[in-house]
Amino acid sequence: MTPAIKIDQVHKQFGALHALKGVDLTIEQGEFFALLGPNGAGKSTLINLLAGLTRPTSGSLAVMGYDVIDQYRQARHAIGVVPQELVFDPFFNVREMLRFQAGYFGKGPENDAWIDEVIESLGLTDKAGTNMRRLSGGMKRRALIAQALVHKPPVIVLDEPTAGVDVELRYMLWEFIKRLNREGHTIILTTHYLEEAENLCSRVALLKQGEVIALNSTKNLLATISGKKLRLKLSAALPGSLTDLIRLQEKHNYTLSLQSVNQVEYVLAELRNANILVEDMQLIEPDLEDVFVDLMGRA
Amino acid sequence: MSLIDQQFRGPWTLFKKEILRFWRVSFQTVAAPVMTALLYLLIFSHVLGGRVEVYPGVPYTTFLIPGLIMMSVLQNAFANSSSSLIQSKVMGNIIFVLLTPLSYLEFFLAFLAASIIRGLCVGFSIYLVAICFIDLPLTHPLFILAFAVFGSGMLGAFGIIAGLWAEKFDQMAAFQNFVIMPLSFLSGVFYSIHSLPPFWQKVSHLNPFFYMIDGFRYGFFGQGDISAWFSLSVVVGSFIALSFITISMLKAGYKLRG
Ligand SMILES: Nc1ncnc2c1ncn2[C@@H]1O[C@H](COP(=O)(O)OP(=O)(O)OP(=O)(O)O)[C@@H](O)[C@H]1O
Ligand SMILES: [Mg+2]
Repeated sequence: MTPAIKIDQVHKQFGALHALKGVDLTIEQGEFFALLGPNGAGKSTLINLLAGLTRPTSGSLAVMGYDVIDQYRQARHAIGVVPQELVFDPFFNVREMLRFQAGYFGKGPENDAWIDEVIESLGLTDKAGTNMRRLSGGMKRRALIAQALVHKPPVIVLDEPTAGVDVELRYMLWEFIKRLNREGHTIILTTHYLEEAENLCSRVALLKQGEVIALNSTKNLLATISGKKLRLKLSAALPGSLTDLIRLQEKHNYTLSLQSVNQVEYVLAELRNANILVEDMQLIEPDLEDVFVDLMGRA
Repeated sequence: MSLIDQQFRGPWTLFKKEILRFWRVSFQTVAAPVMTALLYLLIFSHVLGGRVEVYPGVPYTTFLIPGLIMMSVLQNAFANSSSSLIQSKVMGNIIFVLLTPLSYLEFFLAFLAASIIRGLCVGFSIYLVAICFIDLPLTHPLFILAFAVFGSGMLGAFGIIAGLWAEKFDQMAAFQNFVIMPLSFLSGVFYSIHSLPPFWQKVSHLNPFFYMIDGFRYGFFGQGDISAWFSLSVVVGSFIALSFITISMLKAGYKLRG
């Protein structure tokens, strides 16, 4: 099967700045993929290249097998991009704007039913006649997502769809995006909420300073972190013998990094010897954030 | 709409959006320039009317109208494409068009056509108001139409170039004030260039606006400072040259696709 996305040795330079340094990435159809990395890693630049908003300095990119430059028409029909910035056209209301957007893709009145469906699924029905300028930030975000879907693209790219979005809307968006994925759309998203990537995405690429430093399934990445975390609430300060394990500390609340579960015994024994009471205790599985911190520190 | 093949729906939609964009605020984009032109007409005809006769048998006020119409047509055609582009660049919503399969040629045609329509709308409105008060002959209507269409096309293309180049509103304002305004005021709208000293006559011949205004006026009165056919070739030639530059800039993605 043609991969949804194929990126080959892509370099992007902005003057002296080398924003992408030879990125290779293949994403299969139907995947739910996360593109992670710190600010300035090059995530949006990579998305802009896929969308044809900028051109690579060298290398090639294809969407559903169509080269984004040589076959840009087909490539752009195949991809829907939700930009990171909350941009909008202040002249039109939500429905007008969606119809225009569909029109640019050659879709006419026969597509209106789909537009209404998108409006409805994103909870925009009440706002369909409202001028874009008057929408709240969260509503603008929904309208942006709707705008990326008007032409029913098989590949959907969301650049931080949940930035600045309240909890309720975040859950709604997750459900909506999961549904799109179930219906066969390939989903690629960037996010700084790592639990979001962990819960939603089956595969993850980690970008750092324009390079992919990790590319694996979420499961495998989590497995690379062997230890566990122990969260403790204590009656007094941690004894000196345990301070090496501290990962986070806030007053007498500690998060310790353990090599394995067996170490719990040792920690509790030390606490007992020091006559410190354990007021609360949790053993936590490593999460994507640990992987992220680990890899970012290392590479 | 059903007549429009899917192939043409993309550029047609962009054209329609560009039309709606100015039509929604037609008080600013059509009524205001009509008002301005009428004020010029009122003041200049009051000051100079009866004292100046440029062409034999043509009163000054009558002489003035075609020039004023053409000047407004040109300025508004320029304003349409340039302001639409700079606004959507500054707001960032230009990406909605850039994300679509529309080609640079379709983009060009849609913006160009909308500019021409805006120019013609303003010009025709001024004409309608003016003929309520003043008798205006229509000697060669096809010339009038040709100059209006190619003139607004030329300025529409020029507006795209300016809109691509400018990154801020004040750069666009500078373009308006230091290029478009001087060219339109020094083009013989208010006088015949034969009334100028020889040196300034020569300079006027370098101004493409002069040919557009003179040729347009010829369409009304059947007389002008130079041959209307020559003017028309200058205007069509400039239109083609500017279109070529605009299309090359769009094709290269100049300041649009970095
Ligand atoms: N148009 C541009 N001109 C110059 N430099 C740019 C441009 N766009 C991006 N950059 C630079 O390229 C690098 C990568 O930026 P990019 O926006 O891709 O990061 P990102 O991973 O999306 O970050 P964030 O998480 O903050 O959104 C940054 O150093 C940025 O300053
Ligand atoms: Mg970004």
